Amino acid sequence: LTSEVRVWRFGDDVNTDLIIPGIYLDNYDPINLASHAMEGANKEFARNVRQGDVVVAGRNFGCGSSREQAVIALKHAGVSFVIAKSFSRIFYRNAINLGLPAVVSPDASEVFSDGTAVTVDIWSLVMTSKDGSKAAKLLPIPDRAREILESGGLISYIKKQLREGQPSR
Amino acid sequence: VSGRTLAEKVLSRCSGEADARAGDIVEAAPDLVFSHENTYLVNKSFSELRMARPWDPSKIVVFLDHRSPANNAQTALVHARIRQIVKDRGIGSFFDVGEGICHQLLVEKRIARPGQLVLGADSHTTTAGAIGAFAAGIGATEMAGIWATGSIWLKVPETILVSLDGHLDCGCFSKDIALHLAKTLGASGADYKCIEFTGSHLFDTSIAGRMVLCNMAAEAGAKAAVVPADSTIGVWYSGCGTKDWSPVRSDPDASYCSKMTLDVCKVPPMVSGPDRIERSDSVEKFADIAVDQAFIGTCTNGRLEDLVAASWVLKDKKVASGCRLIVAPASRSVLEDAIGMGVIQTIIKAGGTIIPPGCGPCLGAHEGVLAPGEVCISSSNRNFKGRMGSDEAAIYLASPATVAASAAAGRIADPREVLTFDL
Repeated sequence: LTSEVRVWRFGDDVNTDLIIPGIYLDNYDPINLASHAMEGANKEFARNVRQGDVVVAGRNFGCGSSREQAVIALKHAGVSFVIAKSFSRIFYRNAINLGLPAVVSPDASEVFSDGTAVTVDIWSLVMTSKDGSKAAKLLPIPDRAREILESGGLISYIKKQLREGQPSR
Repeated sequence: VSGRTLAEKVLSRCSGEADARAGDIVEAAPDLVFSHENTYLVNKSFSELRMARPWDPSKIVVFLDHRSPANNAQTALVHARIRQIVKDRGIGSFFDVGEGICHQLLVEKRIARPGQLVLGADSHTTTAGAIGAFAAGIGATEMAGIWATGSIWLKVPETILVSLDGHLDCGCFSKDIALHLAKTLGASGADYKCIEFTGSHLFDTSIAGRMVLCNMAAEAGAKAAVVPADSTIGVWYSGCGTKDWSPVRSDPDASYCSKMTLDVCKVPPMVSGPDRIERSDSVEKFADIAVDQAFIGTCTNGRLEDLVAASWVLKDKKVASGCRLIVAPASRSVLEDAIGMGVIQTIIKAGGTIIPPGCGPCLGAHEGVLAPGEVCISSSNRNFKGRMGSDEAAIYLASPATVAASAAAGRIADPREVLTFDL
């Protein structure tokens, strides 16, 4: 799974209120949510993000509210990966469960600046700039999360398990 | 081999593992699960699995509290759909508009029990740790997974032991301890971990105060926060006619990833803000910041003792001109009791506005949304930029007493100027 896309860079502790402000949560339509993605952190984001772009952030990305709409907004805005120094627990689970790869990188947020064209390869665990001058390390996605991502999200994963008649997930 | 923490014991029992330890991944069967307006999203994902009924509807509770009563037609439709979902899916327990906040009702109505594994589709699910449950927040889609299978994968967390010792000064409350701890730990200091409270100060701390501590642990990223069952919790459950619980406590030789001690007599009234929880300090450091709105309520601080503290501050006083005070009781029972005690009358006489039990303006949905440039001091748990409306508004967090004192002064004020033990 690789793709060549642009970086949108954010700092530490980007909370889910910044990713999708509470005033927009009464409309569950993914298109509505996507049109306000990251509005609290960068008002240009929703308007200018392109299919496949990558969100790169510092520590504790997605902290605060458990709102799954944060992941829905990013995913439907076209974001292909969220790469951060660390993730808040519930956001991380939500991302994996909805099939949005959330990947830990110790250095991506320091290596890449906003707008850099990059290639992300989450299986060989590298992220490189298009011109080849910069590279960041990605940490492997834990087994369980990888299985869920490979199924396309938790619901597909459960469907598969129910079909195969496994007693539990 | 060391003894086991409460987290390890509860997750061992719920997964059927003989001895699950911190770091292990287990398939756990929760004792109780709940969701609120996001039940709409839970049901959307659950519908994809084409099952008529959840695995055990008697273990599911649904609340309407986040935008309650409905703030617009869109929410009204979501509420209507959820009422239908509750019927169609045979959901065991449902609390409609006006009953109160999910985290409050779980404890107040003794729905959650000590030693249980409680999972809620809300980040402040940690609150139920106040009664000795292991309670963690999850997302809507994984709640749908639980509806379908009755189980979920969880990592057994490491535990931070926080010992609170001594007595609080007059005018200082559990919220001040919680803000002090959040500053010390930082916004991700307890990420993926369980915080376990211990120490002599717990003898002073009511169930309401313990709920504040466990609620605010979420602001340091904690997966769960817990006060293991003790006599206060025993008394809380003794009168409710249920024997369906047994105390779970960590073993004396349990293994903790870190230990912290705090002498609470040194904790002053704290204020945190704007934008970041770590921006916390003693109230004097914020003196003279003018306040447009003061808000008392939420799953953090909307309980009876919070409203009592506010009315103690506001007795024979008026909310300052140019400032508005909004008060949201955490539940119908809190409102009823506060009326019975004359607390609501004191707040109204002082110029406060009472809004219905529920989350109120905490998440910026309605009932006190902020304009650009406005300043709000709030008893809630989050001062994130834009949380309560405009992203050009500033939110400061404090205890209900500090919020009330600030409302009366029209600026951030120290409740110790009003509250003394010299009665």
